[in-house]
Amino acid sequence: MTTATARVETIAQPELDVELDAVWRSRPGFIGWLMSTDHKSIGKRYVATAFIFFCLAGLEAATMRAQLSRPENGLLGPDTYNQVFTMHGTTMMFLFAVPVMIGIGLYLVPLMIGARNVAFPRANAMGYWVYLIGGLLIYSGFFVNSGPDAGWFAYVPLAGPQFSPGKRVDIWAQMITFTEIAALVASVVQITTIFKLRAPGMSLNRVPILVWTTLVVQFMIMFAMPSVATASLFLAMDRLISTHFFNPAEGGDALLWQHRFWFFGHPEVYIMFLPGPGIISSLLPAFTRRPVFGYPALVLAVIATGFIAFGLWVHHMFATPLPQLGQSFFTAASALVAIPNGIQIFCWIATIWSGRPIFRTPLLFTIGSIIIFVIGGMTGVMIASVPFDSQVHDTYFIVAHFHYVILGGVVFPLFAGFYYWWPKVTGRLLSEAAGKWNFWLMFIGVNATFFPMHQLGMEGMPRRVYTYLAGTGWGDLNLVASIGALVIFSSVVVFLGNVIWSLRHGQIAGANPWNADSLEWATSSPPPSYNFRDTPVVGGRAPVWESGGELPVMTGLARDRQQVLLTTVLDAEPDSRHDHPGHTIWPFILAVTIGIFFIVLIFTPWGMPIGTVLGFIAYARYVWPKKRHDPSIIELPRSVPPAEVPR
Amino acid sequence: MMLLQAPHYAQQSMIDPAGTKAGAINDFWHFLIVTASIVTAIVFITLFIALAKRRRPADPEAPGEQRSLTRWVTGSVAVTLVIIVVFLFMDFRLGRAIATPPQRTPLRVNVIGHQWWWEFQYPDSATPGNWISTANELHIPVGRPVILRMSARDVIHSFWVPNLSGKKDLIPGHDTETWIEADSAGIYRGQCAEFCGLQHAKMALLVIAEPERQFEQWALGARGAALAPADSTAKAGEQVFLTGGCSVCHAIGGTMAGGTVGPNLTHFGSRLTIAAASLPNTKGNLGGWIVDPQRIKPGSFMPPNALEPDQLEALLAYLEGLK
Repeated sequence: MTTATARVETIAQPELDVELDAVWRSRPGFIGWLMSTDHKSIGKRYVATAFIFFCLAGLEAATMRAQLSRPENGLLGPDTYNQVFTMHGTTMMFLFAVPVMIGIGLYLVPLMIGARNVAFPRANAMGYWVYLIGGLLIYSGFFVNSGPDAGWFAYVPLAGPQFSPGKRVDIWAQMITFTEIAALVASVVQITTIFKLRAPGMSLNRVPILVWTTLVVQFMIMFAMPSVATASLFLAMDRLISTHFFNPAEGGDALLWQHRFWFFGHPEVYIMFLPGPGIISSLLPAFTRRPVFGYPALVLAVIATGFIAFGLWVHHMFATPLPQLGQSFFTAASALVAIPNGIQIFCWIATIWSGRPIFRTPLLFTIGSIIIFVIGGMTGVMIASVPFDSQVHDTYFIVAHFHYVILGGVVFPLFAGFYYWWPKVTGRLLSEAAGKWNFWLMFIGVNATFFPMHQLGMEGMPRRVYTYLAGTGWGDLNLVASIGALVIFSSVVVFLGNVIWSLRHGQIAGANPWNADSLEWATSSPPPSYNFRDTPVVGGRAPVWESGGELPVMTGLARDRQQVLLTTVLDAEPDSRHDHPGHTIWPFILAVTIGIFFIVLIFTPWGMPIGTVLGFIAYARYVWPKKRHDPSIIELPRSVPPAEVPR
Repeated sequence: MMLLQAPHYAQQSMIDPAGTKAGAINDFWHFLIVTASIVTAIVFITLFIALAKRRRPADPEAPGEQRSLTRWVTGSVAVTLVIIVVFLFMDFRLGRAIATPPQRTPLRVNVIGHQWWWEFQYPDSATPGNWISTANELHIPVGRPVILRMSARDVIHSFWVPNLSGKKDLIPGHDTETWIEADSAGIYRGQCAEFCGLQHAKMALLVIAEPERQFEQWALGARGAALAPADSTAKAGEQVFLTGGCSVCHAIGGTMAGGTVGPNLTHFGSRLTIAAASLPNTKGNLGGWIVDPQRIKPGSFMPPNALEPDQLEALLAYLEGLK
């Protein structure tokens, strides 16, 4: 508890709190729950839903590891195994890694930039419901033995109408559509939020790094998603109305799918991964007692990664016929992405080097993340080489590589962030003792599971095989990997136990339990429905530390309706006030009509007219203008200066 | 007795190379693993020192402290860049070196991928109507480059024999080409590397590399028609084959059987394995496979065959006689 936040809390204005809460809080009851447009509710729902999908995908992984624990095991047949591995990849990519980072961003970004809510709160709520419907759709299919079985990459012609009859791949393609809509909505919401809703004084060079990574990721989503959106649309059309985009017999092309898919698919890897380093850069100051070293370098590294990410996709296709010169370009780009990632790691080590490390669970997960990510990065440079990749491509070496990258770059930072921000969200700290068990089991389990897979891949074990012959000699290392998976499983159980325990018994956190530097720690834990009583005014990159106890604020927003302050894009000077529509059921209803459109379309073309009419009605009601007593945007005089706070 | 064992082949592995390309890639791997280990060790040691060291600057943000950190970070980035450039240089040189086969008269083989087996054709301008067509076992001469011209009948597959070479995809609508060369005689196992459906796991192959003279001998035999059944049991087996539906999918040179859906069985008896290198070619395995292929490879396109015991016995005798 810093003096800063303590002081903020002691400014007693109970009647203002009551007024603001009446305006901002979600309505009671189940319908009220469906109506909520509070970014904190939506963010929590995203994270909770994504975590359930993480557990499901983890169980799928455990099932696969059980099947592969010995040669010619009969636990799963090929049909089930193919569904299970497809669901594992699809769930982890589309339903866990991206949404969980979207959710964390939606919860934290407004708090970190001192805003009352996100921009476009209704669209934000709709995005969540569309994501949920997509996830429910594909798991409904899976539980009635109609899970997709053509891989999360759904290569044609295998995923085409001739070789995958039935509805399995259709359900997959529509689920992709749902997650695309949700991600695109979130990107519009977040980009606008970050550009226009920052607290006065939070110019772009003072934005927390997690907010920067969120911004870069949302731009990447905007450019990457249309590629897979058209690809999955073409696939659905090939399957449902017999077009021939991917049918070589009719002039279509099987490689077209791969280019379109990976033009999305590789940026997708960085869309998942970039928030991870953002989390690390944002929590390191609290655990090293100094601002993160090299802020401009870190921000530029994140932006550079965002650009380079779009020049790598062909390295997923090094075994297809490609001209050598073209391959060289993609090799160079794939190897060079090591530079911005190296910059981040070097800056973190410099931060720890010159700071005073505090060994709490978030720091442990950060260290684990760096170690695991560096190993994954090394193999990543190796497989940028076309000749080397021609050997290990589509083998367990690749499985090892990307699990190291994703666990090190996404899952470990996620756990670090979870232990770090959980007290902000719930008001209670997670147990440190259980956290240490959680960390060590996870760290040991991950290495035991995935390190042997490098060797398996080099010994010729391809990916996506439901079994292998005893004569291959792969049995022992597979058994080690399966035991490792058990250890990871136990680690997640410890984590779940810790979460449940902490809700009741966790130590009360207070506003700023880690004595951290950024704005989300300047409000109570959990934050009130309106986030901040008055809009904070920012004078540096570590507002809580720099304000020395007294966080300057700005007043003047309406109390009788949901109103937010808009600031200018670069310098965050106060610009205007904007009224928000408040809580409403229509985003939910619009999402349901979108669900009807795409789900009915799997079975009959009538989905399109029915869904369109229903969607139009819902959307008309959604945007129907309300009577207001004054215009929703009020221009502010430009002369209001951002308060300058002496350091 | 020998045949009851799985055929003895080298451990399938890219780090136990037996071919020109795999050898060059393995050399490169040694460079990669040594460099990566050194870099990783330096990063980890620095990280641990950073975590454990006792002396801490009083003000980490003092200008002097910042300058020294900046120097270290900049230096590390520069070293990383140098390593990447060296890596790219070596990679491009290796890529050029193994892109085309050495200038020796190559052997040409067509590789056709099917769900879930491999077809190999040996085009021969001398006998245009009589190419060798075989399945799942690729015979090649040692020390001579073999150019593989590859296509896929159904979905994408990937040809990979790690001891000899990296992989190359077989893509419907795109003919692809790669080359392999074995520098010592032996049997090398490979496996389809691109997910191709239900039996992707059991779409293996053997490359049988023999000295040139033995290879020529094999080719001579393989080019000929099937041996006539040796005895009355085998004769009856031939009838079972021709009338029992087998010939709808399978061809046997010199008989009426001309199906092209499944593997060509003209010299089936001389193969080491069945079911795309999933099982040793023994009488028992073959009988089990013919009666119930779905038990061994669920999803395989070979239907079960309810044969009387004496029919099956005759069929097995006939097939095993097709040397």
